[in-house]
Amino acid sequence: MEPLIKFENVCYTYTGNDAEPGMFAVHDLSLEIKEGEFVAILGHNGSGKSTTAKLMNMILAPNSGDIYVEGNKITGRELTDEDVFEVRKKIGMVFQNPDNQIVATIVEEDVAFGPENLGVPSQEIRKRVDEALDIVGMREYARHAPHKLSGGQKQRVAIAGVIAMKPKCIIFDESTAMLDPMGRKEVMNTIRRLNKEGMTVILITHYMNEAVLADRVIVMKSGEIYEQGDPKDVFCNVERLWEAGLEVPQTTELIFKLNKKFGWEIPLGVYDFDTCARLVTEKIKEVRGENVGN
Amino acid sequence: MALDVTIGQYYGTGSVIHRLDPRAKLLFVLTFIVSIFVAKDVYAFAFLALVVIASVLISRVPIRLVLKGLKPLVIIILFTSVLNIFLTRGEELLFTKEIIKDFWTVNIYKEGLINAALLALRIIILLMGTSVYFSYATTPIELTDGLERGLAPLKKIKVPVHEFAMMMTIALRFIPTLIDETIKIMNAQKARGADFSTGGLIKRAKALIPIIIPLFVSSFRRAEELATAMECRCYHGGNGRTRMNVLKMKIRDYVFIFLSLTMLAGVILINIYANGYKLL
Repeated sequence: MEPLIKFENVCYTYTGNDAEPGMFAVHDLSLEIKEGEFVAILGHNGSGKSTTAKLMNMILAPNSGDIYVEGNKITGRELTDEDVFEVRKKIGMVFQNPDNQIVATIVEEDVAFGPENLGVPSQEIRKRVDEALDIVGMREYARHAPHKLSGGQKQRVAIAGVIAMKPKCIIFDESTAMLDPMGRKEVMNTIRRLNKEGMTVILITHYMNEAVLADRVIVMKSGEIYEQGDPKDVFCNVERLWEAGLEVPQTTELIFKLNKKFGWEIPLGVYDFDTCARLVTEKIKEVRGENVGN
Repeated sequence: MALDVTIGQYYGTGSVIHRLDPRAKLLFVLTFIVSIFVAKDVYAFAFLALVVIASVLISRVPIRLVLKGLKPLVIIILFTSVLNIFLTRGEELLFTKEIIKDFWTVNIYKEGLINAALLALRIIILLMGTSVYFSYATTPIELTDGLERGLAPLKKIKVPVHEFAMMMTIALRFIPTLIDETIKIMNAQKARGADFSTGGLIKRAKALIPIIIPLFVSSFRRAEELATAMECRCYHGGNGRTRMNVLKMKIRDYVFIFLSLTMLAGVILINIYANGYKLL
């Protein structure tokens, strides 16, 4: 099957031009995202992860290289507005600051904004808005003013606004970065549920415990892919991630350090606090038992 | 810092007036304003005052709330009245006194008093009428919607009606956000020892600069992010855009428009045929 999004040797630079490229924000990037996948993109500030997201839905156009959406090439030719809408209809985006992406003064009006722009008939918009608000669990706030909601609620409204456009894929560009732990949890639960229902999710984040939920992790450094694969495999490579200036999940870090210090061999791919605690206690008991035995 | 900002003064009661189409209300307010300025006869004023009182009663907005809305304008009302008392020349002199010999004489005529009262009444009913229909019984968003739809024919002569309505919506949306931001910046500056409450006018005005500059900077950043977010949601101006809530004129709206026009006709007829006191 065609991948939903495909990058081929994509380069992008904010400074400089084609003839004299300055610093590359994205350099020679090739990647594929399949339909229904949950991909997390990790990286330090300035690693090019947000630029990658903006390239995906044509906010930015690459300096060189090609991008395909569902097999259609979206680079290297003059594009009409129609082409751009086709892509943005398929690939929605939720940004970091919920305040700066809500347009209307009433929640449901804001959710309706996207479909209205697409020229969807009124009754169909009504239906989509109700569905989208149900999915994010904000139906009861439909007539509320957005500025009176909490950060997590606002971000869920923003997500509903994208869902109402019926995209195939949603990119979350650090959408949990400005939220408190409660809000972050609300938003992450929504994202996971969306993915389970078949939505392709691209999650750009700083938080490792969010990234471990993904099917695949892409770690970026200086505009290039530094590491990618199953989160368990990627995070087990603790020292390599540290080199890239990234944290690993706290549980992995603890087990890694214990293993190193005592020569234990507890598996690293544990992200759940309870399991981690159980494994460590068992190990301690085992070691003590041995000591007593001696 | 959840500041509870109410934009406008919407007071929802679900009355007939609340449920009218905003375009019908716009048209009513227009004819109402014209009527007020056309009115010359005392009876015409009485008629319009009745219309306002009936509107307030039907809308079920508490009369005290409506009167409170007049408070900020009391000075203007008093000022025009006082000017009228002293400056109107009529026939029936009530009071005269020479204050500076051969130079300044105060004359108060009966007509001056009546004129002053009528002008005050004119301002009061104008304010009460428009505020009941526009701010108490119509949400800002309905109003913007009504304006966009009502003025849609002007698009033919290239008036950017949709763009104006969009700007209004975004402005309304960002008022509370920017108020929050202002308070945050003020607190940040206070924490560094800024002083906004002492000193003369110039010193205080200068103290505001460290608030205004960061506020502008952040507004520009917000504007850019909002523009990107809107683009991502396929915003491309008013062409080919549909709406979720389509305004539909119902029978009651047409009846209401008919009543508005009747009101205007009534005022004109009263002006011609009634023989009450006429405004000078």
